Amino acid sequence: MSVSLDDVRHVATLARLGLTDDRANALVAELNTILGHMDVLSKVDTSGIEPVAGIGAAGTPLRPDTGPAAALARGIGEFAPRTTDGFFLVPRLSTHEDPEEA
Amino acid sequence: MTDAPDRSAAALRDAIGRGEVTVRAAARDALGRAASARAGADGLNILLYQDTDLGDRCRSVQDAVDAKRAGPLAGVPVVIKDNIATTTLPTSCGSRILEGYVSPYRATAVARLEQAGAVVVAKSNMDEFAMGSSTEHSAFGPARNPIAPDRVPGGSSGGSAAAVAAGIVRIALGSETGGSVRQPAAFCGVVGVKPTYGRVSRYGLVAFASSLDHIGVFGRVVDDAALGLQTISGLDPLDSTSAAEPVSELTTAVRGSMTGVVVGRPREYFPDDLDPRIRDRCDRALDALRSLGAEIRDVSLPHTSLAIPVYYIIAPAEASSNLARFDGVRYGLRIEGDGLRGMYEATRSGGFGPEVTRRILLGTYVLSAGYYDAYYRKAQQVRALIARDFARVFDSGVHLLFTPTTPTPAFELGAKSDPYDMYLSDIFTCTANLAGVPALSLPIGRVDGLPIGGQIIAAHFDERQMFAAAYALERSLGAEAHQ
Repeated sequence: MSVSLDDVRHVATLARLGLTDDRANALVAELNTILGHMDVLSKVDTSGIEPVAGIGAAGTPLRPDTGPAAALARGIGEFAPRTTDGFFLVPRLSTHEDPEEA
Repeated sequence: MTDAPDRSAAALRDAIGRGEVTVRAAARDALGRAASARAGADGLNILLYQDTDLGDRCRSVQDAVDAKRAGPLAGVPVVIKDNIATTTLPTSCGSRILEGYVSPYRATAVARLEQAGAVVVAKSNMDEFAMGSSTEHSAFGPARNPIAPDRVPGGSSGGSAAAVAAGIVRIALGSETGGSVRQPAAFCGVVGVKPTYGRVSRYGLVAFASSLDHIGVFGRVVDDAALGLQTISGLDPLDSTSAAEPVSELTTAVRGSMTGVVVGRPREYFPDDLDPRIRDRCDRALDALRSLGAEIRDVSLPHTSLAIPVYYIIAPAEASSNLARFDGVRYGLRIEGDGLRGMYEATRSGGFGPEVTRRILLGTYVLSAGYYDAYYRKAQQVRALIARDFARVFDSGVHLLFTPTTPTPAFELGAKSDPYDMYLSDIFTCTANLAGVPALSLPIGRVDGLPIGGQIIAAHFDERQMFAAAYALERSLGAEAHQ
Protein backbone atom coordinates (compact mmCIF):
# COMPACT_ATOMS: atom_id res chain seq x y z
CA MET A 1 0.00 0.00 0.00
CA SER A 2 1.30 3.44 -0.78
CA VAL A 3 -0.02 6.85 0.12
CA SER A 4 -0.92 9.22 -2.72
CA LEU A 5 -1.29 12.98 -2.75
CA ASP A 6 -5.07 12.48 -2.88
CA ASP A 7 -4.85 10.30 0.24
CA VAL A 8 -2.95 13.03 2.08
CA ARG A 9 -5.49 15.65 0.98
CA HIS A 10 -8.35 13.36 2.03
CA VAL A 11 -7.05 12.62 5.54
CA ALA A 12 -6.11 16.28 6.00
CA THR A 13 -9.74 17.15 5.28
CA LEU A 14 -10.92 14.52 7.76
CA ALA A 15 -8.49 15.88 10.36
CA ARG A 16 -9.42 19.52 9.67
CA LEU A 17 -5.84 20.45 8.78
CA GLY A 18 -5.05 22.89 6.02
CA LEU A 19 -1.88 22.03 4.06
CA THR A 20 0.13 23.99 1.53
CA ASP A 21 1.02 22.17 -1.69
CA ASP A 22 4.66 21.89 -0.64
CA ARG A 23 3.76 20.46 2.74
CA ALA A 24 1.25 18.01 1.25
CA ASN A 25 3.85 16.72 -1.21
CA ALA A 26 6.44 16.35 1.52
CA LEU A 27 3.94 14.43 3.64
CA VAL A 28 3.34 11.91 0.84
CA ALA A 29 7.01 10.93 1.03
CA GLU A 30 7.15 11.04 4.83
CA LEU A 31 4.05 8.90 5.36
CA ASN A 32 5.16 6.37 2.75
CA THR A 33 8.53 6.01 4.46
CA ILE A 34 6.96 5.58 7.89
CA LEU A 35 4.26 3.18 6.70
CA GLY A 36 6.88 1.17 4.82
CA HIS A 37 8.31 0.21 8.21
CA MET A 38 4.85 -0.94 9.33
CA ASP A 39 4.51 -3.51 6.54
CA VAL A 40 6.37 -6.04 8.68
CA LEU A 41 3.16 -6.45 10.68
CA SER A 42 1.35 -7.96 7.69
CA LYS A 43 3.66 -10.98 7.94
CA VAL A 44 2.73 -11.75 11.56
CA ASP A 45 0.24 -14.58 12.09
CA THR A 46 -2.48 -13.10 14.27
CA SER A 47 -5.21 -15.59 13.51
CA GLY A 48 -7.32 -16.13 16.59
CA ILE A 49 -5.76 -13.17 18.44
CA GLU A 50 -8.25 -10.71 19.88
CA PRO A 51 -7.21 -7.07 19.32
CA VAL A 52 -6.28 -5.18 22.49
CA ALA A 53 -7.77 -1.72 22.91
CA GLY A 54 -6.50 -1.13 26.45
CA ILE A 55 -4.36 -2.87 29.04
CA GLY A 56 -5.58 -1.45 32.33
CA ALA A 57 -6.81 -3.66 35.15
CA ALA A 58 -9.87 -1.45 35.44
CA GLY A 59 -10.82 -1.79 31.78
CA THR A 60 -12.32 1.30 30.20
CA PRO A 61 -15.54 1.94 32.12
CA LEU A 62 -17.58 5.09 31.56
CA ARG A 63 -18.29 7.43 34.44
CA PRO A 64 -21.90 8.56 35.00
CA ASP A 65 -22.81 11.40 32.65
CA THR A 66 -23.67 13.79 35.44
CA GLY A 67 -21.86 17.01 34.63
CA PRO A 68 -18.29 18.20 35.19
CA ALA A 69 -16.02 15.69 36.91
CA ALA A 70 -14.78 18.34 39.33
CA ALA A 71 -15.42 21.98 40.13
CA LEU A 72 -13.57 24.45 37.89
CA ALA A 73 -11.35 27.13 39.40
CA ARG A 74 -12.38 29.70 36.79
CA GLY A 75 -15.10 30.24 34.24
CA ILE A 76 -14.86 29.57 30.52
CA GLY A 77 -14.51 33.27 29.79
CA GLU A 78 -10.99 33.10 31.21
CA PHE A 79 -9.66 30.41 28.89
CA ALA A 80 -11.90 30.13 25.82
CA PRO A 81 -11.01 32.22 22.75
CA ARG A 82 -14.52 33.73 22.47
CA THR A 83 -17.60 33.40 24.66
CA THR A 84 -20.97 35.05 25.04
CA ASP A 85 -23.33 34.78 28.02
CA GLY A 86 -21.33 31.86 29.40
CA PHE A 87 -21.37 29.91 26.12
CA PHE A 88 -18.56 29.18 23.67
CA LEU A 89 -18.95 31.35 20.58
CA VAL A 90 -18.28 29.74 17.18
CA PRO A 91 -18.50 31.17 13.65
CA ARG A 92 -21.94 30.94 12.12
CA LEU A 93 -22.61 27.70 10.25
CA SER A 94 -23.45 28.25 6.60
CA THR A 95 -26.62 26.20 7.07
CA HIS A 96 -27.90 28.57 9.75
CA GLU A 97 -30.04 31.50 8.75
CA ASP A 98 -28.85 34.94 9.82
CA PRO A 99 -31.83 36.49 11.68
CA GLU A 100 -30.76 40.01 10.66
CA GLU A 101 -30.93 39.07 6.97
CA ALA A 102 -34.17 37.10 7.26
CA MET B 1 19.99 28.91 55.76
CA THR B 2 19.84 27.77 52.14
CA ASP B 3 19.49 24.33 50.72
CA ALA B 4 22.29 21.94 49.78
CA PRO B 5 21.66 20.74 46.21
CA ASP B 6 23.03 17.23 46.67
CA ARG B 7 20.69 15.98 49.38
CA SER B 8 17.69 13.80 48.61
CA ALA B 9 14.09 15.00 48.74
CA ALA B 10 13.55 13.10 51.99
CA ALA B 11 16.70 14.65 53.49
CA LEU B 12 15.55 18.14 52.46
CA ARG B 13 12.11 17.49 53.94
CA ASP B 14 13.72 16.36 57.19
CA ALA B 15 16.02 19.41 57.26
CA ILE B 16 12.97 21.64 56.79
CA GLY B 17 11.19 19.74 59.56
CA ARG B 18 14.11 20.37 61.92
CA GLY B 19 14.10 24.06 61.07
CA GLU B 20 17.52 23.98 59.39
CA VAL B 21 16.08 25.18 56.06
CA THR B 22 12.93 27.22 55.54
CA VAL B 23 10.36 26.37 52.90
CA ARG B 24 10.96 29.76 51.28
CA ALA B 25 14.74 29.23 51.17
CA ALA B 26 14.31 25.86 49.47
CA ALA B 27 12.00 27.38 46.83
CA ARG B 28 14.34 30.35 46.32
CA ASP B 29 17.28 28.03 45.83
CA ALA B 30 15.39 26.07 43.20
CA LEU B 31 14.49 29.25 41.33
CA GLY B 32 18.07 30.49 41.67
CA ARG B 33 19.43 27.33 40.10
CA ALA B 34 16.78 27.64 37.37
CA ALA B 35 18.09 31.15 36.65
CA SER B 36 21.64 29.81 36.36
CA ALA B 37 20.49 27.13 33.90
CA ARG B 38 18.75 29.83 31.87
CA ALA B 39 21.65 32.28 31.77
CA GLY B 40 23.91 32.97 28.82
CA ALA B 41 23.77 32.18 25.14
CA ASP B 42 23.80 28.47 25.90
CA GLY B 43 20.72 28.62 28.11
CA LEU B 44 19.33 25.14 28.56
CA ASN B 45 15.69 26.16 27.91
CA ILE B 46 14.56 23.60 30.48
CA LEU B 47 11.61 25.50 31.97
CA LEU B 48 8.74 27.26 30.22
CA TYR B 49 6.91 28.88 33.15
CA GLN B 50 8.14 29.67 36.64
CA ASP B 51 6.14 30.69 39.68
CA THR B 52 8.01 33.64 41.16
CA ASP B 53 5.16 34.53 43.50
CA LEU B 54 5.38 31.63 45.89
CA GLY B 55 5.00 33.66 49.09
CA ASP B 56 1.52 32.42 50.07
CA ARG B 57 2.25 28.83 49.15
CA CYS B 58 5.55 28.80 51.09
CA ARG B 59 3.89 30.43 54.11
CA SER B 60 1.09 27.87 54.23
CA VAL B 61 3.53 24.93 53.98
CA GLN B 62 5.82 26.55 56.56
CA ASP B 63 2.84 26.94 58.91
CA ALA B 64 2.11 23.23 58.53
CA VAL B 65 5.77 22.41 59.22
CA ASP B 66 5.84 24.65 62.30
CA ALA B 67 2.62 23.04 63.55
CA LYS B 68 4.18 19.58 63.14
CA ARG B 69 1.52 18.51 60.65
CA ALA B 70 3.70 18.52 57.56
CA GLY B 71 3.25 15.99 54.77
CA PRO B 72 5.87 13.62 53.33
CA LEU B 73 7.06 16.22 50.79
CA ALA B 74 6.75 19.30 53.00
CA GLY B 75 8.67 22.15 51.42
CA VAL B 76 10.19 20.07 48.62
CA PRO B 77 10.25 22.08 45.35
CA VAL B 78 8.99 20.17 42.31
CA VAL B 79 8.76 20.77 38.56
CA ILE B 80 5.77 19.62 36.49
CA LYS B 81 5.79 18.75 32.79
CA ASP B 82 3.86 21.28 30.72
CA ASN B 83 1.14 18.77 29.73
CA ILE B 84 -0.02 18.17 33.33
CA ALA B 85 -2.69 20.59 34.49
CA THR B 86 -1.88 23.22 37.11
CA THR B 87 -4.09 26.14 38.08
CA THR B 88 -1.29 28.55 39.03
CA LEU B 89 0.88 28.20 35.91
CA PRO B 90 0.01 27.70 32.22
CA THR B 91 -0.38 24.24 30.67
CA SER B 92 0.58 24.66 27.03
CA CYS B 93 1.88 21.17 26.10
CA GLY B 94 4.85 22.84 24.40
CA SER B 95 2.44 24.01 21.69
CA ARG B 96 1.40 27.30 20.14
CA ILE B 97 -2.18 26.05 20.08
CA LEU B 98 -2.30 26.17 23.91
CA GLU B 99 0.15 29.02 24.48
CA GLY B 100 -0.80 30.84 27.66
CA TYR B 101 -3.68 28.49 28.52
CA VAL B 102 -4.20 28.20 32.28
CA SER B 103 -6.25 25.15 33.25
CA PRO B 104 -9.39 25.64 35.34
CA TYR B 105 -8.63 22.42 37.22
CA ARG B 106 -5.62 20.65 38.70
CA ALA B 107 -4.32 17.19 37.79
CA THR B 108 -4.81 14.61 40.53
CA ALA B 109 -1.06 13.91 40.58
CA VAL B 110 -0.34 17.60 41.17
CA ALA B 111 -3.04 17.81 43.83
CA ARG B 112 -1.52 14.83 45.66
CA LEU B 113 1.98 16.33 45.53
CA GLU B 114 0.65 19.61 46.91
CA GLN B 115 -1.38 17.85 49.62
CA ALA B 116 1.91 16.19 50.64
CA GLY B 117 3.49 19.66 50.99
CA ALA B 118 5.41 19.94 47.72
CA VAL B 119 5.89 23.40 46.23
CA VAL B 120 5.38 23.58 42.44
CA VAL B 121 8.01 26.01 41.17
CA ALA B 122 7.85 25.59 37.39
CA LYS B 123 6.48 23.87 34.30
CA SER B 124 9.03 22.17 32.08
CA ASN B 125 9.76 22.18 28.36
CA MET B 126 8.66 19.19 26.29
CA ASP B 127 8.13 17.94 22.77
CA GLU B 128 4.85 19.36 21.51
CA PHE B 129 1.98 17.25 22.87
CA ALA B 130 4.63 14.75 24.05
CA MET B 131 5.36 13.69 20.47
CA GLY B 132 9.10 13.30 20.24
CA SER B 133 12.18 11.79 21.83
CA SER B 134 14.48 14.79 22.09
CA THR B 135 12.52 17.90 23.23
CA GLU B 136 13.51 19.45 19.91
CA HIS B 137 9.85 19.50 18.83
CA SER B 138 8.81 22.13 21.39
CA ALA B 139 7.16 25.21 19.92
CA PHE B 140 9.23 27.18 22.44
CA GLY B 141 12.62 25.96 21.24
CA PRO B 142 14.67 22.89 22.04
CA ALA B 143 15.89 22.07 25.53
CA ARG B 144 19.50 21.07 26.08
CA ASN B 145 21.11 18.37 28.18
CA PRO B 146 22.77 19.80 31.33
CA ILE B 147 25.45 17.08 31.20
CA ALA B 148 26.43 17.97 27.61
CA PRO B 149 24.68 21.10 26.26
CA ASP B 150 25.38 20.18 22.62
CA ARG B 151 23.21 17.09 23.18
CA VAL B 152 19.47 16.62 23.56
CA PRO B 153 18.04 15.79 27.00
CA GLY B 154 15.80 13.15 25.44
CA GLY B 155 12.07 13.44 25.30
CA SER B 156 9.38 14.06 25.39
CA SER B 157 9.79 14.91 29.10
CA GLY B 158 13.25 16.35 28.45
CA GLY B 159 12.66 19.52 30.47
CA SER B 160 11.69 17.61 33.61
CA ALA B 161 14.67 15.23 33.30
CA ALA B 162 17.02 18.15 32.74
CA ALA B 163 15.56 20.09 35.68
CA VAL B 164 16.49 17.20 37.96
CA ALA B 165 19.90 16.67 36.32
CA ALA B 166 20.71 20.39 36.64
CA GLY B 167 19.93 20.25 40.36
CA ILE B 168 16.99 22.64 40.13
CA VAL B 169 14.71 20.14 41.90
CA ARG B 170 14.99 16.59 43.25
CA ILE B 171 11.58 15.46 42.00
CA ALA B 172 9.79 16.27 38.75
CA LEU B 173 6.71 14.88 37.05
CA GLY B 174 6.85 13.72 33.47
CA SER B 175 4.59 11.67 31.27
CA GLU B 176 5.20 8.88 28.85
CA THR B 177 3.44 7.10 26.05
CA GLY B 178 6.41 5.15 24.68
CA GLY B 179 9.33 5.90 27.01
CA SER B 180 9.20 9.66 27.46
CA VAL B 181 10.26 9.47 31.11
CA ARG B 182 12.77 6.62 31.03
CA GLN B 183 14.59 7.69 27.85
CA PRO B 184 15.31 11.28 29.03
CA ALA B 185 16.17 9.93 32.49
CA ALA B 186 18.82 7.73 30.83
CA PHE B 187 20.13 10.60 28.68
CA CYS B 188 20.38 12.98 31.65
CA GLY B 189 21.77 10.55 34.24
CA VAL B 190 18.81 10.59 36.62
CA VAL B 191 16.19 8.09 37.76
CA GLY B 192 12.89 7.88 35.87
CA VAL B 193 9.94 5.61 36.59
CA LYS B 194 6.78 4.70 34.72
CA PRO B 195 4.28 2.87 36.94
CA THR B 196 1.80 0.17 35.98
CA TYR B 197 -0.99 1.50 33.76
CA GLY B 198 -3.74 2.54 36.17
CA ARG B 199 -1.43 3.01 39.18
CA VAL B 200 -1.40 6.81 38.82
CA SER B 201 -4.45 8.80 37.78
CA ARG B 202 -4.30 10.41 34.35
CA TYR B 203 -6.85 13.04 35.35
CA GLY B 204 -5.37 16.36 34.26
CA LEU B 205 -2.77 14.80 31.95
CA VAL B 206 -3.55 16.21 28.51
CA ALA B 207 -4.42 13.10 26.49
CA PHE B 208 -2.08 11.97 23.70
CA ALA B 209 -2.77 8.22 23.38
CA SER B 210 -5.08 7.24 26.22
CA SER B 211 -4.31 3.51 26.29
CA LEU B 212 -0.56 4.20 26.46
CA ASP B 213 -0.33 7.44 28.49
CA HIS B 214 1.18 7.31 31.98
CA ILE B 215 2.33 9.97 34.45
CA GLY B 216 5.84 9.19 35.68
CA VAL B 217 8.38 10.57 38.13
CA PHE B 218 11.99 11.73 37.90
CA GLY B 219 14.36 11.74 40.86
CA ARG B 220 18.02 12.50 41.45
CA VAL B 221 18.24 9.20 43.31
CA VAL B 222 16.02 6.12 43.54
CA ASP B 223 14.56 7.28 46.85
CA ASP B 224 13.33 10.55 45.28
CA ALA B 225 11.49 8.65 42.56
CA ALA B 226 10.04 6.22 45.12
CA LEU B 227 8.83 9.04 47.36
CA GLY B 228 7.30 10.92 44.44
CA LEU B 229 5.60 7.87 42.95
CA GLN B 230 4.09 6.57 46.18
CA THR B 231 2.71 10.06 46.85
CA ILE B 232 0.81 10.30 43.55
CA SER B 233 -0.31 6.64 43.30
CA GLY B 234 -3.73 5.22 44.01
CA LEU B 235 -7.33 4.99 42.91
CA ASP B 236 -8.92 8.20 41.65
CA PRO B 237 -12.63 8.41 40.89
CA LEU B 238 -11.82 11.12 38.35
CA ASP B 239 -9.96 8.60 36.13
CA SER B 240 -12.11 5.59 35.32
CA THR B 241 -9.01 3.61 34.26
CA SER B 242 -7.20 4.11 37.56
CA ALA B 243 -6.82 0.90 39.53
CA ALA B 244 -8.08 -0.02 42.99
CA GLU B 245 -4.88 -1.94 43.80
CA PRO B 246 -3.43 -1.12 47.24
CA VAL B 247 -0.57 1.41 47.03
CA SER B 248 2.80 -0.07 47.96
CA GLU B 249 5.20 1.63 50.36
CA LEU B 250 8.10 2.08 47.97
CA THR B 251 10.55 3.96 50.18
CA THR B 252 10.72 1.02 52.57
CA ALA B 253 11.35 -1.56 49.82
CA VAL B 254 14.08 -4.00 50.86
CA ARG B 255 17.47 -2.68 49.85
CA GLY B 256 20.50 -4.91 49.86
CA SER B 257 20.13 -8.65 49.36
CA MET B 258 18.59 -9.92 46.12
CA THR B 259 18.68 -13.54 47.22
CA GLY B 260 15.85 -15.52 45.67
CA VAL B 261 15.12 -12.89 43.03
CA VAL B 262 15.21 -14.09 39.40
CA VAL B 263 16.24 -11.38 36.93
CA GLY B 264 15.59 -12.07 33.26
CA ARG B 265 17.98 -10.84 30.56
CA PRO B 266 15.82 -10.67 27.42
CA ARG B 267 18.05 -11.48 24.45
CA GLU B 268 16.07 -9.21 22.09
CA TYR B 269 17.25 -6.16 24.09
CA PHE B 270 20.90 -7.12 23.58
CA PRO B 271 21.13 -7.40 19.77
CA ASP B 272 24.47 -8.09 18.08
CA ASP B 273 24.72 -4.48 16.89
CA LEU B 274 24.17 -2.98 20.37
CA ASP B 275 26.88 -0.43 21.22
CA PRO B 276 29.49 -2.63 22.99
CA ARG B 277 30.08 0.07 25.60
CA ILE B 278 26.39 0.01 26.55
CA ARG B 279 26.44 -3.79 26.60
CA ASP B 280 29.48 -3.66 28.90
CA ARG B 281 27.74 -1.29 31.33
CA CYS B 282 24.66 -3.53 31.39
CA ASP B 283 26.80 -6.62 31.99
CA ARG B 284 28.44 -4.88 34.92
CA ALA B 285 25.04 -4.02 36.37
CA LEU B 286 23.90 -7.63 35.91
CA ASP B 287 27.10 -8.80 37.64
CA ALA B 288 26.28 -6.47 40.53
CA LEU B 289 22.78 -7.94 40.81
CA ARG B 290 24.27 -11.45 40.71
CA SER B 291 26.74 -10.61 43.44
CA LEU B 292 23.81 -9.40 45.56
CA GLY B 293 22.29 -12.85 45.28
CA ALA B 294 20.02 -12.56 42.24
CA GLU B 295 19.79 -15.37 39.71
CA ILE B 296 20.29 -14.03 36.17
CA ARG B 297 18.35 -16.00 33.55
CA ASP B 298 18.38 -15.60 29.75
CA VAL B 299 14.81 -15.11 28.50
CA SER B 300 13.07 -14.21 25.26
CA LEU B 301 10.35 -11.67 24.43
CA PRO B 302 10.02 -12.74 20.79
CA HIS B 303 7.74 -9.97 19.52
CA THR B 304 9.97 -7.10 20.71
CA SER B 305 11.08 -6.08 17.21
CA LEU B 306 7.44 -5.38 16.29
CA ALA B 307 6.91 -2.89 19.10
CA ILE B 308 7.92 0.25 17.17
CA PRO B 309 5.60 -0.43 14.19
CA VAL B 310 2.76 -1.29 16.60
CA TYR B 311 3.40 1.75 18.74
CA TYR B 312 3.58 4.15 15.79
CA ILE B 313 0.21 2.95 14.53
CA ILE B 314 -1.69 2.86 17.82
CA ALA B 315 -0.29 6.08 19.34
CA PRO B 316 -0.97 8.32 16.29
CA ALA B 317 -4.40 6.71 15.84
CA GLU B 318 -5.39 7.59 19.40
CA ALA B 319 -3.74 11.00 19.07
CA SER B 320 -5.72 11.84 15.94
CA SER B 321 -8.88 11.35 18.00
CA ASN B 322 -7.68 13.01 21.22
CA LEU B 323 -6.29 16.09 19.50
CA ALA B 324 -9.54 16.73 17.64
CA ARG B 325 -10.57 18.78 20.69
CA PHE B 326 -8.07 21.52 19.81
CA ASP B 327 -10.27 23.35 17.35
CA GLY B 328 -10.23 27.01 18.37
CA VAL B 329 -13.53 26.79 20.23
CA ARG B 330 -12.83 25.88 23.84
CA TYR B 331 -9.22 26.69 24.66
CA GLY B 332 -6.13 28.43 23.46
CA LEU B 333 -5.51 29.69 19.96
CA ARG B 334 -8.19 30.67 17.46
CA ILE B 335 -7.37 31.80 13.92
CA GLU B 336 -10.42 33.00 12.04
CA GLY B 337 -11.08 31.52 8.60
CA ASP B 338 -13.90 31.10 6.14
CA GLY B 339 -16.78 29.98 8.36
CA LEU B 340 -16.59 27.31 11.03
CA ARG B 341 -14.65 24.81 8.96
CA GLY B 342 -12.20 27.47 7.81
CA MET B 343 -11.64 28.46 11.44
CA TYR B 344 -10.96 24.83 12.41
CA GLU B 345 -8.42 24.38 9.61
CA ALA B 346 -6.70 27.72 10.11
CA THR B 347 -6.44 27.22 13.88
CA ARG B 348 -5.14 23.67 13.73
CA SER B 349 -2.72 24.32 10.86
CA GLY B 350 -1.38 27.44 12.54
CA GLY B 351 -1.30 25.94 16.03
CA PHE B 352 0.22 22.49 15.54
CA GLY B 353 3.88 21.99 14.63
CA PRO B 354 5.19 19.62 11.91
CA GLU B 355 5.58 16.47 14.05
CA VAL B 356 2.09 16.77 15.56
CA THR B 357 0.62 17.38 12.10
CA ARG B 358 2.46 14.34 10.75
CA ARG B 359 1.17 12.09 13.52
CA ILE B 360 -2.42 13.32 13.27
CA LEU B 361 -2.39 12.57 9.54
CA LEU B 362 -0.73 9.19 10.08
CA GLY B 363 -3.31 8.33 12.74
CA THR B 364 -6.21 9.49 10.61
CA TYR B 365 -4.89 7.43 7.70
CA VAL B 366 -4.55 4.15 9.65
CA LEU B 367 -8.07 4.59 11.01
CA SER B 368 -9.63 5.48 7.67
CA ALA B 369 -11.87 3.25 5.58
CA GLY B 370 -9.89 0.57 3.74
CA TYR B 371 -6.83 0.75 5.99
CA TYR B 372 -8.28 0.16 9.47
CA ASP B 373 -7.97 -3.64 9.41
CA ALA B 374 -4.55 -3.69 7.74
CA TYR B 375 -2.98 -1.23 10.14
CA TYR B 376 -4.95 -0.39 13.29
CA ARG B 377 -6.65 -3.72 13.98
CA LYS B 378 -3.47 -5.60 13.07
CA ALA B 379 -1.44 -3.44 15.45
CA GLN B 380 -3.93 -4.10 18.25
CA GLN B 381 -3.54 -7.84 17.67
CA VAL B 382 0.25 -7.70 17.71
CA ARG B 383 0.03 -5.58 20.84
CA ALA B 384 -1.74 -8.54 22.44
CA LEU B 385 1.21 -10.76 21.46
CA ILE B 386 3.70 -8.30 22.98
CA ALA B 387 1.72 -8.20 26.24
CA ARG B 388 1.56 -11.99 26.19
CA ASP B 389 5.39 -12.17 25.90
CA PHE B 390 5.72 -10.32 29.21
CA ALA B 391 3.01 -12.37 30.92
CA ARG B 392 4.65 -15.63 29.84
CA VAL B 393 8.08 -14.61 31.17
CA PHE B 394 6.72 -13.37 34.51
CA ASP B 395 4.58 -16.51 34.85
CA SER B 396 7.69 -18.65 34.37
CA GLY B 397 9.18 -17.57 37.69
CA VAL B 398 11.10 -14.50 36.52
CA HIS B 399 10.51 -11.58 38.92
CA LEU B 400 12.19 -8.74 37.03
CA LEU B 401 13.78 -7.97 33.67
CA PHE B 402 16.96 -5.96 33.14
CA THR B 403 17.77 -4.22 29.84
CA PRO B 404 19.51 -1.13 28.50
CA THR B 405 17.08 1.82 28.54
CA THR B 406 18.23 3.18 25.18
CA PRO B 407 20.37 1.88 22.31
CA THR B 408 22.59 4.98 22.36
CA PRO B 409 23.61 7.78 24.73
CA ALA B 410 22.18 11.29 24.20
CA PHE B 411 22.62 12.40 20.60
CA GLU B 412 23.52 15.86 19.29
CA LEU B 413 20.83 18.42 18.60
CA GLY B 414 19.69 18.11 14.99
CA ALA B 415 21.27 14.67 14.54
CA LYS B 416 18.03 12.86 13.73
CA SER B 417 16.20 14.47 10.82
CA ASP B 418 14.43 11.29 9.65
CA PRO B 419 11.25 10.86 11.76
CA TYR B 420 11.51 7.06 11.84
CA ASP B 421 15.13 7.26 12.97
CA MET B 422 13.92 9.35 15.91
CA TYR B 423 11.14 6.84 16.63
CA LEU B 424 13.76 4.10 17.06
CA SER B 425 15.00 5.90 20.20
CA ASP B 426 12.03 4.25 21.96
CA ILE B 427 12.90 0.73 20.87
CA PHE B 428 13.67 -0.60 24.39
CA THR B 429 11.03 1.42 26.24
CA CYS B 430 7.76 1.37 24.29
CA THR B 431 7.14 -2.33 24.97
CA ALA B 432 6.39 -1.56 28.64
CA ASN B 433 3.76 0.99 27.58
CA LEU B 434 2.17 -1.46 25.16
CA ALA B 435 2.01 -4.12 27.91
CA GLY B 436 1.22 -1.69 30.74
CA VAL B 437 3.95 -3.08 33.01
CA PRO B 438 5.98 -0.83 35.34
CA ALA B 439 9.55 0.07 34.37
CA LEU B 440 12.34 2.22 35.81
CA SER B 441 15.57 3.62 34.42
CA LEU B 442 18.55 4.38 36.64
CA PRO B 443 22.10 5.51 35.85
CA ILE B 444 24.57 2.63 35.41
CA GLY B 445 27.65 4.46 34.14
CA ARG B 446 28.88 6.77 31.41
CA VAL B 447 30.26 6.41 27.90
CA ASP B 448 32.46 9.28 26.68
CA GLY B 449 31.11 11.31 29.59
CA LEU B 450 27.48 10.69 28.60
CA PRO B 451 25.08 8.90 30.98
CA ILE B 452 23.80 5.39 30.27
CA GLY B 453 20.58 4.06 31.77
CA GLY B 454 19.72 0.54 32.87
CA GLN B 455 16.07 -0.47 32.79
CA ILE B 456 14.30 -2.66 35.36
CA ILE B 457 10.87 -3.97 34.31
CA ALA B 458 8.44 -5.71 36.68
CA ALA B 459 5.10 -7.48 36.46
CA HIS B 460 1.88 -5.47 36.77
CA PHE B 461 1.60 -3.67 40.13
CA ASP B 462 4.93 -5.05 41.40
CA GLU B 463 6.59 -1.63 41.72
CA ARG B 464 7.86 -2.58 45.18
CA GLN B 465 10.00 -5.44 43.85
CA MET B 466 11.25 -3.13 41.07
CA PHE B 467 12.26 -0.45 43.57
CA ALA B 468 13.91 -3.00 45.88
CA ALA B 469 16.19 -3.97 42.97
CA ALA B 470 16.77 -0.33 42.02
CA TYR B 471 17.77 0.60 45.57
CA ALA B 472 20.11 -2.41 45.74
CA LEU B 473 21.71 -1.72 42.36
CA GLU B 474 22.14 1.99 43.09
CA ARG B 475 23.89 1.18 46.36
CA SER B 476 26.05 -1.52 44.79
CA LEU B 477 27.20 0.59 41.83
CA GLY B 478 27.83 3.67 43.99
CA ALA B 479 29.90 6.32 42.25
CA GLU B 480 30.47 4.01 39.26
CA ALA B 481 26.90 4.80 38.13
CA HIS B 482 28.04 8.31 37.23
CA GLN B 483 31.51 7.52 35.84
